[in-house]
Amino acid sequence: MQKKRPKYLNLLEIRQPLPAVVSILHRVSGLLLFFPGIPLLLSGLEGVLDSPQEYARIQSLLAHPVLKIGLIAALWFFLHHLLAGIRFLGLDLHYGITLQPARLTSKLVFAGGFVLTVLIGAWIW
Amino acid sequence: MKPAVTGAHYGLRDWLAQRVTAVIMVVFILCLTLLLLISPPNDHAGWKAVFSNQWMRIGSFLFLVSLFWHAWIGMRNILMDYVHATGVRLTLQILVILSLLFYTVWSMEILWEL
Repeated sequence: MQKKRPKYLNLLEIRQPLPAVVSILHRVSGLLLFFPGIPLLLSGLEGVLDSPQEYARIQSLLAHPVLKIGLIAALWFFLHHLLAGIRFLGLDLHYGITLQPARLTSKLVFAGGFVLTVLIGAWIW
Repeated sequence: MKPAVTGAHYGLRDWLAQRVTAVIMVVFILCLTLLLLISPPNDHAGWKAVFSNQWMRIGSFLFLVSLFWHAWIGMRNILMDYVHATGVRLTLQILVILSLLFYTVWSMEILWEL
């Protein structure tokens, strides 16, 4: 009996290998860090350095659980982008380009991102 | 005679700039993390004191300029990959460049209170 094969690659249906997931999330997180990341970072820095009143306003704003979750999500995007970026620099230098190390470092990027997000998230909560 | 296929050469330069700016940002982030671990500022006056140091201002500005340059290369790559209509892509690329120039001036204003 002939196997039924997919006629085209549906990116939403095929299961991506882990390094591919690391890669696309690096791109998505990079886009989000550009916008709204950069303007939020700069207005935050401006507020913190502006006056005690502005500082208190930002503090009370971030005390809201929804914004706090937003901040922790932003933290994860940042950490994933950072760790995946370091992995890509390693790949450029030909570290971990064979299949097994590439999978292992992908797992490390995910694990490191989650663990650091949970640790820093618990610290700022 | 076959014409040599060499490209416009800015591909390699951008590839390198993306990596150099990444390394600069990692170094700054590690220094900042160390500072936050040793003596975390916990109020407006504390943060103001940290950024009153001229080296901190220069380091932060270097970080931010690296970030903007890095963001330009990344955004350009994303737009080239997904936006195929030349007019739309060009418009978006100009918007990205203008926003990054604006952020650069804004950064100077924040750090040196111009």
